[in-house]
Amino acid sequence: METALTILLDGLVFSSYLFIVSLGLTIIFGVMKILNVTHGSFYAWGAYTAAFLIGLAANAGWPDWAGFAIIFFAAILVGLVLGLILERGILQFMYHRDEVLIVLATFGSFLVLEDTILLVFGVDPYFAFQPMQLLGSVELGGIARDTYGLTLIGLAAVLAVTSWLVLRRTHWGKLLSAVIFDRELAMAMGLNVSRVYIVTFVIGAMLGALGGAYIAPTVSVAPGFGVDVIVLSFAVVVIGGMGSVPGAMIGALAVGIVRALAVHKFPQFELFVIYAVMATVLVFRPEGLFAPVKARKI
Amino acid sequence: MNLVRDRTVQGLTLALGVMLIVSALVPSWIVNQLLFAFSRAIVVLGLLVLWRTRLVSFGHALYFGLGAYTVAMTSRYTGVNDAFALLGAAALLSTVVGFFVGFIIRRYRDIFFAMLNLAFSMILYGILVKTEALGSTDGFTIEQPTFAGIAFEDPSEGKLALLCLLMVVGWAVAVGVQAYLRSTLGRLTTAIGDNEIRVEYLGYSAEHAIHIKYVLSTFLAGLGGGFMALALGQVDPDSMVNWTASGELVFVTILSGPGSVAAPFIGSFVFEILRTYAFEWMPHAWQMIVGGTLLIVIFFMPGGLWGLVSGVAQRLTRRRPAAAAPGAGG
Repeated sequence: METALTILLDGLVFSSYLFIVSLGLTIIFGVMKILNVTHGSFYAWGAYTAAFLIGLAANAGWPDWAGFAIIFFAAILVGLVLGLILERGILQFMYHRDEVLIVLATFGSFLVLEDTILLVFGVDPYFAFQPMQLLGSVELGGIARDTYGLTLIGLAAVLAVTSWLVLRRTHWGKLLSAVIFDRELAMAMGLNVSRVYIVTFVIGAMLGALGGAYIAPTVSVAPGFGVDVIVLSFAVVVIGGMGSVPGAMIGALAVGIVRALAVHKFPQFELFVIYAVMATVLVFRPEGLFAPVKARKI
Repeated sequence: MNLVRDRTVQGLTLALGVMLIVSALVPSWIVNQLLFAFSRAIVVLGLLVLWRTRLVSFGHALYFGLGAYTVAMTSRYTGVNDAFALLGAAALLSTVVGFFVGFIIRRYRDIFFAMLNLAFSMILYGILVKTEALGSTDGFTIEQPTFAGIAFEDPSEGKLALLCLLMVVGWAVAVGVQAYLRSTLGRLTTAIGDNEIRVEYLGYSAEHAIHIKYVLSTFLAGLGGGFMALALGQVDPDSMVNWTASGELVFVTILSGPGSVAAPFIGSFVFEILRTYAFEWMPHAWQMIVGGTLLIVIFFMPGGLWGLVSGVAQRLTRRRPAAAAPGAGG
C-alpha cells in the first residue's frame, strides 16, 4: 500500500514536470505546425540563467525566497530573447518550406545554442539549491519528501488551468483557434498571422525556459542538460496528440506514472517503457490520443 | 529522367581504383579518418534513398547501433572473429528488424515518420543503457578481426585491410543503389516525394515502394554500423544509438546532398575532417559548427556539397564551346 502511494506521488511529481516542459512544445506545434527541437535549448537556457542568477543573489545576501521571483524572471527573459531571435532570425523565412526541413533548421539552432551555453556559462556545473532548502521537507505516507518537488504539481495545475482559460475563454484564444484551423483563411480575414506566430513562439519559449528554471534548484545544471528533455517531451506530446493541451496532460500523466512504476518495480526498464508507450500509441493512433480535429482540405 | 549518359558507375570505379592506391600510401591517421568516413557514408547512402522521397528518419541510429552491437556481441560471446561473418551478421540482423518494423513505418510520412523511427531507436537505447550484460552506458571494446582466416600482426595493417574491404563494399553498395535508383522502383522514389496520390493512380503502391526503400536503408545502416564498430574497436550507446547519433547521420545526409550516390562519401569525409580539426582548434564549438553548417545548407545550398560541386562543374563545362553534356549524374 505504501509503495503504491509512493509510486503514485513520484509519478505525479514527474508527470507535473513533464507537463510543464511539454506544454510550450505542444502549443507551438498546434499553432505553427513546427516540431521545435530548440525546445531543449529553451529548457537548458532557462535552467542555466536561473541557477546563475540565484547563485548571484545568494552571494549578494538576498533572502532565499527571492529565488522564486528569479525563476520566473529568468524564464521570461530567456523566452523573450531566444524566442524572438529564433522566430525573427530563422523561422520566419522557413514557413513556406517542408515541415521536415523546419525540424532540421530547429535541430541546427539547437546545436548552436547548446555550445553557446558552454561559451557563456562554462563547463562547470551550477547549483542553486536555496529555494529548495527554504521549503524543507514534509512527511507523506511515511516517507519524507521535499516540498519543492510537490510544488511542481501546483505549478502544473496552475499552468493547465491558465492555458485552458486563455485558449477557450479569451479573444486571443479565439484568434489562435482560427489560425490553427486554417492559416490562409485566417490571413484572408485580416488576421495578422505573423504577429500571432511571434507571440505564440515567445510564449512557448517562455514555458520551455520555465520548465528548466523551475527544475534547476533540484539538480546540478551541467552541459548536455537539454538533450534528454527533447525526446522526453516529444514522447509526451506525441502520446497526447501534437498540438493539444489536454493531450499533453494525459501524455504527461501516462509517461510519469508508467515511469514511476518501472523505477520502483523494474528499474532496468525505466527508459524502455517511456518509448515503448510512445511507439505503441503512434502505431495505433498516429495522430496521438487527443489530436485536434483537422480541417479537411482538398 | 535525363537522356545524358550516366557515367556514375565508371566514375565510382575510377574513384575506387585511385582510393585503393592512395590508401596504401597515406599515414595511418588518414586511414582511420577514411574508415570512419566511409563507414558512415554507407549509412548515409541509405538515408539518401529515403531523403529522395522527402522522408527523414530521426531514428536510423537504431539500425546503425544494431549493426555495431551485433559485431561487438558476436565477437564477444561466440568467439567468431572474422570480419566477413561479423559484418554479414550485422547487415542481416538489421535488415530483418527493418523488414518487420517497416510494415508499421511504411504507413507514415513527414514528421510522423521521423518521430516513429525516433521512438523505436530510443527503445533500443533504453534497453542498452540499462542492461549490464549489453555493456550498459560504457559499451564494449572489440578485438581486431581476422579477414577470411588471415590475421594481421600489425594493427595498422589490419586497419588497412579493413579499409580496403570497406572501400570495395562501399563501391558495390553505391553501384547497387545507383542501379536501384535507375530502375522503375527507384524512379518512384522522387515521384512519391512529389505527389503520392499520382503515383497510386499510376498503379503503383507507394507503401510497398517505401517499404522496400526502408529495408534497403536499414540494410545499409546495419552494414555501416558494423564497419564503424570494427573501425573504432568499440561500441557505446551514447555515440551510436542515442537520438543525437541519428541527428548526426541526418546532418551528413543533408550536407552531402541528394544529387548522387557518390555524394555521401564526399560529405562523410568532409564531416570527419571538419570534426577532427574542430576538436583540435575549438573543442567547445563542435556542435555550433555542425548546427551552423546545417542552417547554411538548408538556407543557401539545397543540393548540399554535391550540388555545390556539380554546379561549379557545370559552369566550367558550359564555358568550353564544344561541351555538350553536363557531367552531373542522375
